[in-house]
Amino acid sequence: MKKNSLLELKNVYAGYYEMNIIHDISLFIDEGEIVALMGPNGAGKSTILKAIFGLIKHSGDLLYEGDKIHPSPHELPKMGISLVPQGRRIFNSLTVEENIEIGGFSLNDENECKRRMEHLFKLFPTLEEKRSEFAGNLSGGQQQLVSIARGLMMQPRLLLLDEPTLGLSPKIVKEIFKTIKEINETQKMAIIVVEHNLHSLLPITDRAYVLSHGKIVATGSGEEIKNSDILERVFMGKI
Amino acid sequence: MDYIFHIAIIVSIYGILALAQNLVMGETGLLTIAGAAFYGIGAYVAGIFSTSLGLNITIALVAAPLITAVIAMILGTSFARFRDDYFLLATLGFLMIFNTVAKNWTSLTGGSLGIAGISKPHMFGITLLTPESFIWLAVFVLLIVAIICYFISRSSFGRALNAIREDEEALKIFGYKVSTYKLASFTIGASLSSLAGVLFASYLTFIDPTLFTVNESILLWAMIILGGIATNRGALMGALLLILIPESLRFIGFPDEISGLMRQCIYGLILIFLMLYRPKGIFGKYNL
Repeated sequence: MKKNSLLELKNVYAGYYEMNIIHDISLFIDEGEIVALMGPNGAGKSTILKAIFGLIKHSGDLLYEGDKIHPSPHELPKMGISLVPQGRRIFNSLTVEENIEIGGFSLNDENECKRRMEHLFKLFPTLEEKRSEFAGNLSGGQQQLVSIARGLMMQPRLLLLDEPTLGLSPKIVKEIFKTIKEINETQKMAIIVVEHNLHSLLPITDRAYVLSHGKIVATGSGEEIKNSDILERVFMGKI
Repeated sequence: MDYIFHIAIIVSIYGILALAQNLVMGETGLLTIAGAAFYGIGAYVAGIFSTSLGLNITIALVAAPLITAVIAMILGTSFARFRDDYFLLATLGFLMIFNTVAKNWTSLTGGSLGIAGISKPHMFGITLLTPESFIWLAVFVLLIVAIICYFISRSSFGRALNAIREDEEALKIFGYKVSTYKLASFTIGASLSSLAGVLFASYLTFIDPTLFTVNESILLWAMIILGGIATNRGALMGALLLILIPESLRFIGFPDEISGLMRQCIYGLILIFLMLYRPKGIFGKYNL
């Protein structure tokens, strides 16, 4: 008998107001996998993450370890799912330390929060040097690290990363992906990444879903997707 | 000397109001114009307790924050769905309702004639009749409010309020019930404002609805913007300056017939220049 996936979406529809942006989406992610959601702007990649995290309403089934869930942002961090939102969304007037501390809100344990924060500062030494600085004064790459560190405070089993390299230089992009892979390998954390940066992402993904107009049009390993012409066809608007 | 104590009392009362307004608007980013209404509720509680119920003002100092907190909680819960401009309009609506009730519920509030003969505080066997004695109570209450605001701004609760001001949607992602935090900030701010109302009513011994209009709320906005958004010392500095500047202009020696108007013009000009050259306020780090 096949073990339950960590998270599974079955025939999920979701969107804004009365309009569905994603249609009949079925996908899954197993423990310790990196799964990529790819596609052009407006394909519905971020909408899928928002539906998983309960930020927008959905129809269809969301199964977490085989159990149907009705996600709410208040509950998911405690269940082991964290979201690193698009555009970093850090709190500029708070220090690096205070930003990361906010990520551990659902712990309800000050000592554990501090312990995890120190662990994260070891993982991200750049941030340790800047821990008392206002997050708004950091560079784009450092702010993205703060955003990722904040998402890791709950030590999630599943991390949802929405465009983690948006607006960053190629050098920083490479470092971010290296960090993602390290987190995945050392903590056995499952990660769903929404990303435009295909060349950097595909080599580290176990499976990729290609989306167009809110539907999944192709699935395969990173290598399979890379060797096919599906991405070209999707990004050129031929599908 | 009485004049200096009088000014110090008024500065203390507005210091309390500015700190409360800063908590709600500066720290949390909730645009509210209901500050004058909660200030007024405190004043009317003091007036009614003193004249209709014959109670000591010190009882009003305890009761007013509680009564105001209940009203603010009901109000805040109803306004939870509103944001930004809509929240501002809803609080303006509440201020208008408060003023209408104060003007028309004559049996309770005295209507347009207000409530006269409010007693001075009586504590430890002493009645605080003179500005010289009243100042101690005013400063004591200001100190309590300043300590509360200081600890809030240094706490994790305060940091969550700051995060709400910046990006409340992002904060929800981490499991925060943002509406609860906003309601708590609104309620605490309202309760603190009511303390200023009790002091004001008891000091002046008279209140009427014209003392708690939208102009008062705008003055509170001006105080925290001038002093610097989201800083307690900025709120206190704003209160100090916006009470002292118009008072000091009394001594310039304008002819009697235009002195009031000239003072208003100079006062306005000073505000414009301060905003032009220091838009974040004196101690502020952020724009509104």
